[in-house]
Amino acid sequence: MEEREFSFGLSEEQRTMKETVARLIKDVVADNAHDMDEKKAIPADFIQKVWELGATISVIPEDFGGYGMDYSPIMNAIILEELAYGDMALAVASTLPSMFLYPILEMGTDDQKKKYLPLYCDATFKPCTIAINEPRFRFDPVSMETKAEKKGGSYVINGKKCFVPMAKDAGHMLVAADVSGKPSLFIVAKDNPGVKLGEREKNLGIYALESYPVTFENCEVPAADMLGGDNGCNFEAFLQKTRTGLCAIGTGVSRASFEYARDYSKERVQFGEPIASRQSVAFMIAEMAYEVDGMRLLTWKAASMLEAGMDAKRESYLAKLFAGDMTMKITDYGVQVLGGHGYVRDHPVERFYRNGRGIAILEGMATV
Amino acid sequence: MINLVPSQKMNEVKASINNLAKGMLRPIARKYDENEHEYPKELDMFRSIKIMGGGKKKKKEGEEPKKDEKPAAKKLGTNLSTVISIEEMCWGDAGLLLSLPNAGLGNAAIAAVATEEQHERFGNKWAAMAITEPGSGSDSGSITATAVLDGDEWVLNGEKIFVTCADRCDVVVVWATIDKKAGKAGIKSFIVEKDREGFKLEKLEHKLGIRASDTGTFVLSDCRIPKNNLLGSAEVKSATEGFKGVMKTFDNTRPLVASMALGIARAAIDFTREKIEESGIKLDYTKNPNNISSLEKEFYLLEANLDAMRLLTWRAAWMADNQEFNNLEASMSKAKAGRYGTLITQKCCELLGPLGFTQEYLAEKWMRDSKIMDIFEGTGQIQHLIVARNVLEFSSKQLR
Ligand SMILES: Cc1cc2nc3c(=O)[nH]c(=O)nc-3n(C[C@H](O)[C@H](O)[C@H](O)COP(=O)(O)OP(=O)(O)OC[C@H]3O[C@@H](n4cnc5c(N)ncnc54)[C@H](O)[C@@H]3O)c2cc1C
Repeated sequence: MEEREFSFGLSEEQRTMKETVARLIKDVVADNAHDMDEKKAIPADFIQKVWELGATISVIPEDFGGYGMDYSPIMNAIILEELAYGDMALAVASTLPSMFLYPILEMGTDDQKKKYLPLYCDATFKPCTIAINEPRFRFDPVSMETKAEKKGGSYVINGKKCFVPMAKDAGHMLVAADVSGKPSLFIVAKDNPGVKLGEREKNLGIYALESYPVTFENCEVPAADMLGGDNGCNFEAFLQKTRTGLCAIGTGVSRASFEYARDYSKERVQFGEPIASRQSVAFMIAEMAYEVDGMRLLTWKAASMLEAGMDAKRESYLAKLFAGDMTMKITDYGVQVLGGHGYVRDHPVERFYRNGRGIAILEGMATV
Repeated sequence: MINLVPSQKMNEVKASINNLAKGMLRPIARKYDENEHEYPKELDMFRSIKIMGGGKKKKKEGEEPKKDEKPAAKKLGTNLSTVISIEEMCWGDAGLLLSLPNAGLGNAAIAAVATEEQHERFGNKWAAMAITEPGSGSDSGSITATAVLDGDEWVLNGEKIFVTCADRCDVVVVWATIDKKAGKAGIKSFIVEKDREGFKLEKLEHKLGIRASDTGTFVLSDCRIPKNNLLGSAEVKSATEGFKGVMKTFDNTRPLVASMALGIARAAIDFTREKIEESGIKLDYTKNPNNISSLEKEFYLLEANLDAMRLLTWRAAWMADNQEFNNLEASMSKAKAGRYGTLITQKCCELLGPLGFTQEYLAEKWMRDSKIMDIFEGTGQIQHLIVARNVLEFSSKQLR
């Protein structure tokens, strides 16, 4: 394979996609993000409009109902950042099918691909979801308490999951469970009698995104629905992509907070001049600026490695650690720059602050 | 197209310079830390090896830099290759890198703006750079050293402090004003040979770190130099164009300093990793950071910040290679690398415990060395000022 040029520059295609998503977000979200958050709902047509970009299904082969375009983790990172810049809830919701479809596309058996990919390669957005996080102290995606045990031709799943986005309307979910010490993924139909949905969750942030706790009680799934078949899947590779995806979202949320605080600090006058004319404020703005860039570059580095088919274990892990930490710092600064005005919900920085906490805590909410 | 996987060529440069640093600099790092002011004669062999980019050809009159001439995949731009090399060299030893013969800051200035004739005369000389004065540090536009034309000679007066390579260099590029009323526009740089009458090396500093690098004070008293020792053009430009030109060279040198911070911090991180792994802890980049020891988590965070420093630095250098204006990105890289280089080397000492306090290892030295990277070539605060003015679109009047 011809070595690709080392470059920090967006290609024509990447720039066009970035601008297209940015424009869409501006048209669709504009000032609605606040309302979405207050009403705790994302209007279905918003999600549909993002879906119509076709980013998710574009990389699915034509045989399965997609457009068969090249799969590009970097392009996905660019798209996710722009979506999250508009609204984190919308970013997660509208790309949720990728969380379900990409692992199947990459690691599923032929039968799994044939059976499940076409279901969601549709002109209309159809929710499907993923259940990874568990409601417990010291949760860790590499050692899950949700267990799956083989019984005859089936697996029986037991355990509790939380923060399963759009679980109520999802037709299927990908469930992460431990199979004798090995993290695995299962394709589970929502109407499986072993799947018990709890009450919609109330969370610190991303109010607009519906999420549910899901309990699996002797939930029996055919062995054929274990992702990758008998040998299971490469869970490590799956984590690398979802971690990188979350970093892209962190970059978007952080950039939104940075830009809002930057613009506000130029307008807000105290002591006879814009607050940005004071170094203690200006230096926070400067720090936000280069940390946002640093986060994006770490994300792109991990995505570049994934795109080249390399192992990005270290890079995706460090990027997520950085993004988790820095998103908190940046969105905290965002509130601080606005002072009391940043604490009230009239300004979006308080929402960015709440949403931003999710980057470090959550796993498997987005993928590249 | 975005691709941040280093090319084979980049890896080759890194590996070969790392070998050099490992073989030539590391072994003598402690020696010249202890023997401050002694010239590291081992560095003489570097007279023939170009590490700091350098050798930049003077642009032909009226020749526009070609915009679309991007370096191809196999080629590697000078700036990027230089920051990669500097990181490796400073991984070996930063003080020694700063002492490489014929690679002073003055050489960079000469390479950038000298006339053909000056290239001939000074191209092969070791050139230091003297901007800072006792009363003029960050505010380099406020320098008071003067140059007055007397017939065919400039007569220079003033005091210059903190000059890197003061003792070892052959010539010094001295900043002085030829017209105080003109403010920054009156500031010019002059090439002063060390043996000129009235040019005296007054003293050498004793420093916290980078002790292998000599730092000194020069006093100029009625020092006479030929008229054509004025670097570049003599006319006082209407606005502050000339001064801006000089400041622009900082856009190229700041990523270099950032990469010095990078090299030192990586040395500390590599050593700390070695000790962590020797103790039986496996760094596997897998577990939820809540489920690992605080030592591991802190270490991972240092690594993540190191990677961020490097990417910001490489971006600024890459932009310079591609003729993109990088004033913002250059300052971002130095703001981040200067600060985090300091923090990382401090933290590594802490994680190492007593091994981080003893002179038996270099960790304590790296903590001392790194600190300068947040000070010279514009302090951390000055970098933040530049970044803030850029992103706020504020003038220096709106944000002082
Ligand atoms: C080892 C070493 C080598 C050096 N080599 C060279 C060399 O080769 N050539 C050369 O010319 N100089 C050299 N310098 C000088 C160096 O560039 C200056 O020390 C540096 O620019 C800072 O100037 P200062 O020390 O006078 O600090 P000051 O300018 O007095 O600053 C003191 C503090 O105030 C802060 N500060 C200043 N102005 C502002 C502002 N507007 N807003 C916010 N904070 C501000 C600074 O960030 C700093 O923290 C060297 C210095 C050292 C220590």
